[in-house]
Amino acid sequence: MRSIIRTGDSPRRTLDPIARDVAALCAAGVVVGLSFGAIASAAGLPLSQIVAMSVFVYAGGAQFLAVGLVGAGATTVAIVLAGLLLNARHLPFGLAIGSAPLGDRWAARLLGSHLMTDESVAFALAQEDPARRRRAYWMTGIGLFLTWNVASAIGAVAGSALGDPNTFGIDAAFPAALLALTLPSLKDRASIRVAVGGAALALLSTPFLPAGLPVLVALVALALALPVPRSKRTAA
Amino acid sequence: MSWVVILALAAGTYALRLAGPVLRERLSVSETVKRYLTLAAVALLAALIGTAALLDGTEFVGIARPAGVLVGAVLAWRKAPFVVVVVAAALTAALLRLAGVQ
Repeated sequence: MRSIIRTGDSPRRTLDPIARDVAALCAAGVVVGLSFGAIASAAGLPLSQIVAMSVFVYAGGAQFLAVGLVGAGATTVAIVLAGLLLNARHLPFGLAIGSAPLGDRWAARLLGSHLMTDESVAFALAQEDPARRRRAYWMTGIGLFLTWNVASAIGAVAGSALGDPNTFGIDAAFPAALLALTLPSLKDRASIRVAVGGAALALLSTPFLPAGLPVLVALVALALALPVPRSKRTAA
Repeated sequence: MSWVVILALAAGTYALRLAGPVLRERLSVSETVKRYLTLAAVALLAALIGTAALLDGTEFVGIARPAGVLVGAVLAWRKAPFVVVVVAAALTAALLRLAGVQ
């Protein structure tokens, strides 16, 4: 049986390009993790809860949202629903990548699913070859999981000594990274239409919908990839 | 925060993450459906990129962040290495803010 992460299958001694790219993402992730720990700690969460959230929820957006809602005095049900709405995109993400990048064994699938993030999905989709796809998924997943957890714990203890992560432009780094990873998937006109349409729908619906839903509304843009029925076109 | 929130969020999020790969395993999916599932991920990623680049909550985020993302986008389009894209985007936004442009 093959190991999850294939090692030693490359004759090159240079650093694996996937590892190098993942390291760049992790560096940015450290800053956001520190910031989450500091903000959660300032909101009054004990270290145990901050660590538990980062290990078991492991979804940056939902974690920031939950801490913010607690501060705003939201009810338990409201916080859980808001967080799950924000994380609902993982379901279509999982349908898109399937189980192949996670591995063949059930243990790998159960563990690998937990490592699913926007970044690990984007990294996987950016690879054509199945073996590279699997390696990209796991390297991103493990790398971000470790850095996110270590950084948020340190942030919780150290507090806001680092200041606002936006000072370092980290808020621009993540969308740019996702964009770089999504570009290879824009292979034809249909996929470009879907991407542009999806982004436009999400932006336009954001003022009117709760967090998380605008991103799901973007799925409507799939209609832009539907083929024009030939019979109708010839009839017209 | 109540532990119930953390437990429910953790269990719900995990279920959402596990459901996709498990369902794909159970269903036989045609090539056409596979293509649309990939396009769905593209639509979601594009929506995440767009909202994260331009909005803070529901408000326009200001100039610095979109400018940084734009620099990164151009570099990515010109096939610059991923590390360069990420660092250039962050650096652009950081320098603009240092110069007083929010």
